[in-house]
Amino acid sequence: MSAHDDLNIDRIANLARLALTPEEKVKFSAQLADVLTNIEKLKQVDVTGVEPTAHAFPIYNVWADDVATPGLSVEAALRNAPEKRDNMIVVPKVVE
Amino acid sequence: MPPLHFSTIAELSDALAAGKTTSVDLTRAVIARTQAVEERVKAFNSYDTADALAQAAASDARRAAGLSLGPLDGIPVGIKDVIAVTGQPLTASSKMLANFVSPYDATVTEKLRKAGAVIWGRLNLDEFAMGSSTENSAFHTTRNPYDLERVPGGSSGGSAAALAAGEAIATLGSDTGGSIRQPAALCNVVGLKPTYGLVSRYGLIAFASSLDQIGPFTRSVEDAAITLQAIAGHDERDSTSVRIEIPDYRAALRTKKGPWRIGIPREYFGEGLDPEVAAAVEKAVSFYEKMGCEIKNVSLPHTEYGVGVYYIIATAECSSNLSRYDGVRYGHRSADAKDIVDLYFKSRAEGFGPEVKRRIILGTYVLSSGYYDAYYLRAQKVRTLIRQDFLNAYDEVDAILTPTSPTPAFKRGAKADPLAMYLCDVYTIGVNLAGLPGISVPCGFSSGGLPIGMQLIGQPFKEADLLAIAHAYDSAHDWSRRTPNL
Amino acid sequence: MKYEAVIGLEVHVQIKTRSKMFTRVAAGYGHPANTLTDPVVLALPGVLPVMNKAALDAIIKAGLLLGCDIAPVCKWDRKNYFYPDSPKNYQISQYDQPICLNGSVEIELPGRARNIQGEHKKIALTRIHLEEDVGKLNHEAFDSLVDYNRAGTPLMEIVSEPVIKSAEEAYAYLTSLRATMIYGGISDCDMEKGQLRCDANISIRPVGETRLGTKVELKNLNSISFVRDGIAHEIKRQIAVVESGGVIVQETRDYDGMTGTSQSLRSKEMAHDYRYFPDPDLMPVKVDEAWKARIHAECPELPFAKQTRFQGDYSLPYTLTSVLVWDQALADYFEEAAKLAGPGKAQAVGNWIVNDLQRELGAANLDLADARVRPAHIAELVKLIDAGTLLSNAAKEVFVEMAATGEPPAAIVAKRGLAAAPTDTAELEQWCRDAIAANAKSVAEFQAGKESAINGLKGPIMKASKGKANPKLVDETLRRLLAGA
Ligand SMILES: [Mg+2]
Ligand SMILES: [Zn+2]
Repeated sequence: MSAHDDLNIDRIANLARLALTPEEKVKFSAQLADVLTNIEKLKQVDVTGVEPTAHAFPIYNVWADDVATPGLSVEAALRNAPEKRDNMIVVPKVVE
Repeated sequence: MPPLHFSTIAELSDALAAGKTTSVDLTRAVIARTQAVEERVKAFNSYDTADALAQAAASDARRAAGLSLGPLDGIPVGIKDVIAVTGQPLTASSKMLANFVSPYDATVTEKLRKAGAVIWGRLNLDEFAMGSSTENSAFHTTRNPYDLERVPGGSSGGSAAALAAGEAIATLGSDTGGSIRQPAALCNVVGLKPTYGLVSRYGLIAFASSLDQIGPFTRSVEDAAITLQAIAGHDERDSTSVRIEIPDYRAALRTKKGPWRIGIPREYFGEGLDPEVAAAVEKAVSFYEKMGCEIKNVSLPHTEYGVGVYYIIATAECSSNLSRYDGVRYGHRSADAKDIVDLYFKSRAEGFGPEVKRRIILGTYVLSSGYYDAYYLRAQKVRTLIRQDFLNAYDEVDAILTPTSPTPAFKRGAKADPLAMYLCDVYTIGVNLAGLPGISVPCGFSSGGLPIGMQLIGQPFKEADLLAIAHAYDSAHDWSRRTPNL
Repeated sequence: MKYEAVIGLEVHVQIKTRSKMFTRVAAGYGHPANTLTDPVVLALPGVLPVMNKAALDAIIKAGLLLGCDIAPVCKWDRKNYFYPDSPKNYQISQYDQPICLNGSVEIELPGRARNIQGEHKKIALTRIHLEEDVGKLNHEAFDSLVDYNRAGTPLMEIVSEPVIKSAEEAYAYLTSLRATMIYGGISDCDMEKGQLRCDANISIRPVGETRLGTKVELKNLNSISFVRDGIAHEIKRQIAVVESGGVIVQETRDYDGMTGTSQSLRSKEMAHDYRYFPDPDLMPVKVDEAWKARIHAECPELPFAKQTRFQGDYSLPYTLTSVLVWDQALADYFEEAAKLAGPGKAQAVGNWIVNDLQRELGAANLDLADARVRPAHIAELVKLIDAGTLLSNAAKEVFVEMAATGEPPAAIVAKRGLAAAPTDTAELEQWCRDAIAANAKSVAEFQAGKESAINGLKGPIMKASKGKANPKLVDETLRRLLAGA
């Protein structure tokens, strides 16, 4: 048994907010199992004491001074919006 | 001099300076060529001839006023459709962004404008830069100009094919695991992936943030130096952009003469390498040997883990990077969502193609509760080892020479299995994981007339040396100047 | 059975900066919808975050004020979840390496009476981290509208250990924390503007039990009083559930401060799995000693320290200090006036500020900064009274006029002829003699040792002088005459 046997595609698709058809679920599960089998090789590597690399060339304290600069006009901001009203983006009613 | 549309930046900038041609004439020639071959090549997602000609006219006016901005002024440069250009579509070759128009310029776009380049066209790619053949574009598959039945490579297939076909003078692509170098090799052009942090990523649609880097496709190493000069440099809008002095890359081609110590990693010459590719690369090695370079065997022992590490890190990052494509603020929104969650599920299902979905699923899985340490954290640790392999090798050599792609261009549809496609990147992935600069230089043709490329891998931020080493070969051969019969 | 509550608070405080946390478009409140956006705020394709130095300074200051350990290195992580107010569908936050660890919030519990200082206690903090705020959803009849003006505003999340024992403690914790933030110039903490938001994790257990009970998260506690009321209500609710044989279910509940009721919320996601991982777009932060020292130099004295000092240096009673120290501007105002008034007059100064000034400001709906009465005026007023030039009734009149016009007290006294009568000692002595002669009973009582009986003589003198006799002189003269009599 390897870790990917329990790739629960429904759970993952739900986290990713991605609707999959039954055919896609079957197909992706099989394809991803192949990829994960290839990935299993990593378990052979001794990584004791090895630091993870998040950035190839880490630098520290990259920031900007707190100066406010002009942003987008409302028109530009909403130019690509699928649905808008009162200068806001419309979404189906969100029930909290 | 070849026809305008097959000339190099170096040749054209001389011709423009000497008054032998104008940017408008050049741009017209490129447009005419594009209109003649694009139906067969399908390299572009869109282009705007009026906009290009207006930029060309502005360039000519600058030149007439004695205000030329340098070697790129007036040169049409095509842009991969993942790099933002104000007022132009930005689609990532995805249905998700089919109607998106960018309200801002990427930093590289701004820099090209400052260098006077004519921003020309939006080039096709694998959707969201995920793929190695450009077959994953939601719009159309780009063809390899050397054999229209074959792929141009990917994900920057449009950028490589357009340049090879004479539809631009240079193009920009992006490289996350080989997406510049592999299509460059398959289309007989030069492709440079700079050191991570040298070129700003601001305005590049993110695939895998810790690996992505923008770079040029050109017809010569000298042109790569000219283009890199224009786009490199610190950008305060990209926190991963490095603050270093940018040398004169073009001048370095002449001042840095070698001989160099060149490393040959045995792990890159094993199983799966096409014999014709191996032979072409061996010949390039002999060239360097003859010019007095020291050829050394080096070992990159963690090479075999590269693909695994890459597909964990890249998919994890992409699963998060692509969350913003949700149908809310922009992009495709499903017409029949019954509530907000349904809107997410359906918009993303309808907007993304299968390869993107596969990677989002894989990336979500490797980050999910209970798996993070086994996959993501472990991959980051093995990444450290892979990077260390390269740095160890650089104690002994100045650059590493390998094939770029294990095979020449393959037939469309030949790699239906995702894993087979992933293995196309086996020689290019390590460079991204280690953050190093890599360049693919044309080095021959297969017996079937398909281009072959070699990869030179340099030391971090030493693009000047890498380009000089590549230029020594490129300027002594005419591979990169050959053109396809279209 | 007796139960005790175990409460942990998660407080989000917006940091007062000019620009947003990861981009330089302006941050602000009350602007027209979607006018404070840029490509980064909207998470357009291709954009990247760049941290705001001022937000880092602010959280380090908060950490130093609360006695936290400032991590030498911290990093950024992505918290992944889908919600329409979150433009990227991940929040840039800090997961396993927050910038501040440990520390505490000092609180004062209610005393036995209003004028008696209560017990002090320290509520331990787990951590403080920096993150970005989300946009705002406006719910309409059939859909919701999203405004991203607030999205990307710098936000501190201050997490307490689960050591708070009652609604009163929670109230005191928030009051103290809020004052600390305001004192530090870190946030205005206006809860109506969402600048301070509080979630409470509440559980109960039988007294003596050491394991924690099932916790309930209480949300939307949008005023400090609602936090107290909501927690009190939740504790009662849980005890009632347990005592009627039920079990507490782990859930999130929404407290309605207007009706004093709470209801269960549907969870945003069935199972929270935020898939935290280091944000590859941002670089880590290193905080060295020099940086900490620079921020330390900007740290103000906090209310409780100020209170102790006021009680010592100015001999102020607890009741006055407990008003003065919670408002930095008021405390500064007091100190300025007290220094100008000179030694021994601090309490009088404090009384004028806490009673008269506060009342006038309240009536005119003015902030202290806009008050026409300046500290120098208060000092002058107190000196006039002390010198016997101004009597208390007249002084009240002067104050009202001063609040309206901003004229110095001496000028008002002169203009309106409110000065105490010029001290004609002969006339005053006559009034005193008359009063002694006419009030044998008071005299007898005073001489029998009843100190307050002397006041019975002062009324007729004031009447005779039409209120202009200098009370200090009247007192002295009476005592002299009575002693000699
Ligand atoms: Mg929280
Ligand atoms: Zn938070």
